[in-house]
Amino acid sequence: MKKKGPLYALFLSLILLLPGCSSLTVLNPKGPSARTLSDTIILSIIVMLGVLAVVYILYVFVLVKYRAKKSNEGYIPEHEEGNKVLEAIWIIIPIIIVAFLSVVTVKTTTKVENVAAEYNDQKPLVIYASSSNWKWHFSYPEEGIETVNYVNLPVHRAVEFRMYSFGTITSLWIPQLAGQKYAMSDMLTTLHLSADTEGSYIGKNANFSGKGFAHMEFEALVLSSQKYDEWVKEVKETAPKLTEDEFKGLLAAEHLGRKTYSSTHLEFSPPPGEHSEHMSGGGKEMDMDNGSQEHQDNKEIHPSPEPSSGTEFDSKPDPEVDEPLPSSPVDESTHEGH
Amino acid sequence: MDLDKFKVHGEPLIYGAMVSIALATIGIIVGLTYFKKWRYLWREWLTTVDHKKIGVMYILAALLMLFRGGVDAMMMRLQTAAPEMKFLDAQHYNEVFTTHGLIMILFMAMPFIIGLMNVIIPLQIGARDVAFPRLNAVSFWLFFFGAMLLNISFVIGGSPDAGWSAYFPLASIEFSPTVGNNYYSLALQISGIGTLITGVNFIVTILKMRAPGMTLMKMPMFTWSVLITNIIIVFAFPVLTVALALMMFDRLFGSQFFTMANGGMDMLWANLFWVWGHPEVYIVILPAFGIYSEIIATFSKKNLYGYTSMVFSMLIISLLSFLVWAHHFYTMGQGAMVNSFFSITTMAIAVPTGVKIFNWLFTLRKGRISFTTPMLYTLAFIPIFTIGGVTGVMLAMASADYQYHNTMFLVAHFHYVLIPGAVFAVIAGFYYWFPKVFGFRLNERLGKHSFWWIVISFNVTFFPLFFLGLMGMTRRMYTYSEETGFGPLNMLSFVGAVGLAIGFVLLVYNIYWSTRYMPRDETNDPWDGRTLEWATHSPMPVYNFAIVPKVKTRDALWSAKHENIPLYDDKTITKIHMPSNTGKPFILGVIFFFLGFFLVFSMWIPAIVSGIGVIIMLAFMSFDQDSGYYISVDEVKATEKKLMRGETV
Repeated sequence: MKKKGPLYALFLSLILLLPGCSSLTVLNPKGPSARTLSDTIILSIIVMLGVLAVVYILYVFVLVKYRAKKSNEGYIPEHEEGNKVLEAIWIIIPIIIVAFLSVVTVKTTTKVENVAAEYNDQKPLVIYASSSNWKWHFSYPEEGIETVNYVNLPVHRAVEFRMYSFGTITSLWIPQLAGQKYAMSDMLTTLHLSADTEGSYIGKNANFSGKGFAHMEFEALVLSSQKYDEWVKEVKETAPKLTEDEFKGLLAAEHLGRKTYSSTHLEFSPPPGEHSEHMSGGGKEMDMDNGSQEHQDNKEIHPSPEPSSGTEFDSKPDPEVDEPLPSSPVDESTHEGH
Repeated sequence: MDLDKFKVHGEPLIYGAMVSIALATIGIIVGLTYFKKWRYLWREWLTTVDHKKIGVMYILAALLMLFRGGVDAMMMRLQTAAPEMKFLDAQHYNEVFTTHGLIMILFMAMPFIIGLMNVIIPLQIGARDVAFPRLNAVSFWLFFFGAMLLNISFVIGGSPDAGWSAYFPLASIEFSPTVGNNYYSLALQISGIGTLITGVNFIVTILKMRAPGMTLMKMPMFTWSVLITNIIIVFAFPVLTVALALMMFDRLFGSQFFTMANGGMDMLWANLFWVWGHPEVYIVILPAFGIYSEIIATFSKKNLYGYTSMVFSMLIISLLSFLVWAHHFYTMGQGAMVNSFFSITTMAIAVPTGVKIFNWLFTLRKGRISFTTPMLYTLAFIPIFTIGGVTGVMLAMASADYQYHNTMFLVAHFHYVLIPGAVFAVIAGFYYWFPKVFGFRLNERLGKHSFWWIVISFNVTFFPLFFLGLMGMTRRMYTYSEETGFGPLNMLSFVGAVGLAIGFVLLVYNIYWSTRYMPRDETNDPWDGRTLEWATHSPMPVYNFAIVPKVKTRDALWSAKHENIPLYDDKTITKIHMPSNTGKPFILGVIFFFLGFFLVFSMWIPAIVSGIGVIIMLAFMSFDQDSGYYISVDEVKATEKKLMRGETV
């Protein structure tokens, strides 16, 4: 068939591209989470190429062999009801393939929803990532610093992003470090990632969010732990504090360059409650109190809310962010659960 | 009244469109007046209740919308063909991709399929019309005026700009202050009601009006696929109705269902939208499976392989289509358990779909395959749709989807599913059934030229998008920088899009050329068909069958032609009862259009007046006493004689 020419060329290019996939960002991972996903994708491509091969071989075979030509003129094919054995084969084999991929999916999904095995013994570095209009705010409650439109991460360290939005639904995505996840106004989502290699990676919003969407990118810079500590120290010493008024100004702006502050907005503007408390277990419940009353009201009843949360006012901040001192033993203990 | 909100500012492209719309309208009015066609138009088309004419109008509207959506597509591909293009600004680009999605799915693919359904289903089951012919006209006019309402949005007030899925809170009045999403909620609502009525109408038609002897398991595959599709419509569309009503309340009356404050839940919209939206995909794809089944059987001269498993696979697909909606937002943070459930149900759809692919391949096996234009589309469908299918399985894996979600990979996947799965199918069905409706074939040479342009360009346009997705290009980006490296592949994709456009222009040129020059002395059964629609005349008389055939086998006509199983036991012609034409469905559509328009702009007094008009019209229609008319035996005989062309009944 003539039309299969370009198709084959494209497939050949796919196969050739796979090993040297440096330009395919998603298949060029720099951390365990993204690597799991990349391996899953490559595995699924191989399995699916197998399926395609079977269909294509059969397709070319029947088209070549049974096309109308001079030699079979007047041939009237026989009536053929079907064949139970053959039909059973092409029901059972796909079921086996789907079952296999399902097992892979469940395993890898669970894996990337949790701290990577390599970094299991660490207390993850918690970073709140929130979006407003077309910019990203990154708050480091432990360090007590906040950045806008860039995020610095220590290498070889489990990082836990907690995402939410001050406006439309956005999706935080650093393709070389982890898959994306939505940031929404009324719940907190969690993304685990860690980087193996120092370097600068592109991060972006992947979910359409209006006019400025195309420009909503940020840099994720992975530093050695020493450089990271130096950077934190420098920020704390030199950057200005983030006041409530200043923050309101940031929220109102449409686009901004990079900004750095030596305190976080979590203190006066707490994030919404945790949603996925049942998914990774282990001490997540306490984060539910993070939400303001307004946010709590519209959530379904959570299994174990803190007794105090029902009576607190919006302005009462969460104990964790109340004392954002990174080295404080109190702070350490609130994180022990993770 | 603030007239300013009607205006769309500062876009030379839109001013150009305004002028061309005005010129076209004037042209049509002058033309109709000059050729004195107003009366013909009203009597033969606007007031018709004949399922064939309604079908033809659906298809005409769908072709028109194909070009509207196609122009949108070209504008998008051009805008992203190179880094930092300045052709469209962000707002305009957002409106263009939103309307492209809406128009292609709801106002092109679906009406095209409903059009083919309208023309063919009564013929295929040996019926004289659909169960509720006047309701059928209501369906069409509601769809048509819904589509028109959406189409005027880009010149009056601005198009919807929050994506075809219109996620909240982006689509709320706070983040999308133009009237675009008001149009969205009202235009979809009006045409959606029409679709829902179609669903009821066709379920009743197929269940109650089959020719004697045609049991469910003797129905042609296209009829089966349409029955299942309409069951999906009846279950899915009420969800859309409710979701759009809540959206309208949020946007027009200040309610807070999907907002960020006061207890609104943005993800409620996403859930409602996809509970309708995923089955919607199968509403456009299942009938395509039916069309392909008919064409493959006809042109390989074999009965369909594994008929029973074909029917059951469609039933299973329809059931599963309601159990997978959350795969549209794996990344919403619902956790590994929920994602795993939806992953498995989604991948499970591959099994019945695979059954269909292999059954088609085995229908071809040992056949005598002739490569006509409809068959070429069908044969192109198999390898291309399989790519769409396997990438669908890849996307279904929740973990991997964290990397594909919202990227061009997804865009490539659904175009690889929907274009061969729906667009190729309606074109194939169009070529296949065209001679039935008009009595002459479309030109095969032009048809094949157009086919190769479309099929090759399709792959050139959409295959690069898989790679762009893996390179990290998200969809709906109106521009990107040079460093991203997205440029070359996007340019390739644009080149493909130009090729596609040429293919579609050739398709339309073929309709024009064939109408003028193709010979009219065709038989009633030009393809050596297998099912009942080929048993009557081409073009068919208003009553379809002078004598209702009796069905004894699955491929009733084939059995009559090749196995000597007669179609008619008794050849006595009796008088035929037909419904009379009525202008009320058209008028109802017009009033609905005004109701929608006034609501879009919150013009309350005229909106209330139109609302009362709708109620009065509905009441008036329900007390309609007209019970149709009879075509006398003599008249039937005279018509049959005229249509005979030397053949016998």
